[in-house]
Amino acid sequence: MVDVFDIYDKMERNNILLSFKGEITSDLLTSILQIMENKMDNMQEEPKMKKKVYNVLVECLQNLYHHLDDCADVAGINEKVRSAIFMIGKLENKYSIFTGNYILNENIHGLKSRLDEVNSLTKEELKEYYKKVLNNGEMSLKGGGGLGMIDIARKTGEKLEYNFLDIDNKVSFFTLNIKVSQQQ
Amino acid sequence: MDKYAIEGSPKTPSITFDLNGGVLEIKGRSIPENSIEFYKPLVDALDKYTSAAKPATTVNVQLEYFNTSSSKCILDVFKKLEGIHKSGSAVTINWHYEEDDEDMLEAGEDYQAIINVPFKMVMVNE
Repeated sequence: MVDVFDIYDKMERNNILLSFKGEITSDLLTSILQIMENKMDNMQEEPKMKKKVYNVLVECLQNLYHHLDDCADVAGINEKVRSAIFMIGKLENKYSIFTGNYILNENIHGLKSRLDEVNSLTKEELKEYYKKVLNNGEMSLKGGGGLGMIDIARKTGEKLEYNFLDIDNKVSFFTLNIKVSQQQ
Repeated sequence: MDKYAIEGSPKTPSITFDLNGGVLEIKGRSIPENSIEFYKPLVDALDKYTSAAKPATTVNVQLEYFNTSSSKCILDVFKKLEGIHKSGSAVTINWHYEEDDEDMLEAGEDYQAIINVPFKMVMVNE
């Protein structure tokens, strides 16, 4: 039997405010954003922090949403690939957003080099890089165009922590941990 | 058509474009998953306006949040406005940001650096 208390206890200790596991849909994103906005209002979060967390949440969740779409386009991939996990917690004055999703092994290299590049840049370099990518005329079908991670790094001022866990010869599990804190 | 209007929603801004008065307003949140689809009608309306532009065009942008998916579309809108400015209508973009929202101010400055149209940063008290 699933050890529900174990899951609960781990969430409690990390002060998880909201978590979700399953298929990421547009309506779900709307609900999660609404819930988190209400929670932060009830917690009387500072407007500045609230805006930062909200912005970063939008980018994280929409990354998941678009990414799962990409996976679904590949034939022969297990149904589980459409599922993702998302958690947001607050310890002391720091929010942590965790996301996890399957990724095709062939896509790891590209994502890893983009994350490493973003992590190697200073605040000023991120600003220039953002403007360059914004203005490069390229646009994915959904309009993202690779700005999400740059924007998250810029707004949080933190490095993007990530991991790729080997699953099998087709897919790996990608996890991302984003921290949002007040000191900027 | 002398007025183009779209009501706002939790994920998309309200847009009003008064073609006779030469005033375009974009207000609210712009966080749709598919921004291209949302902004296409506005880009098309600006294309039509280009040939019949007023001597002055005022653009008020007052966004609470926008996602990176919207940011490229907003740049497209501004590029259309740059074209209108070049072809003789004096365009001014008023970029509004809330007092404590440095990220929104910076976002406006990013556009200001890319687009060759007079920008005004307008601080709003909450």
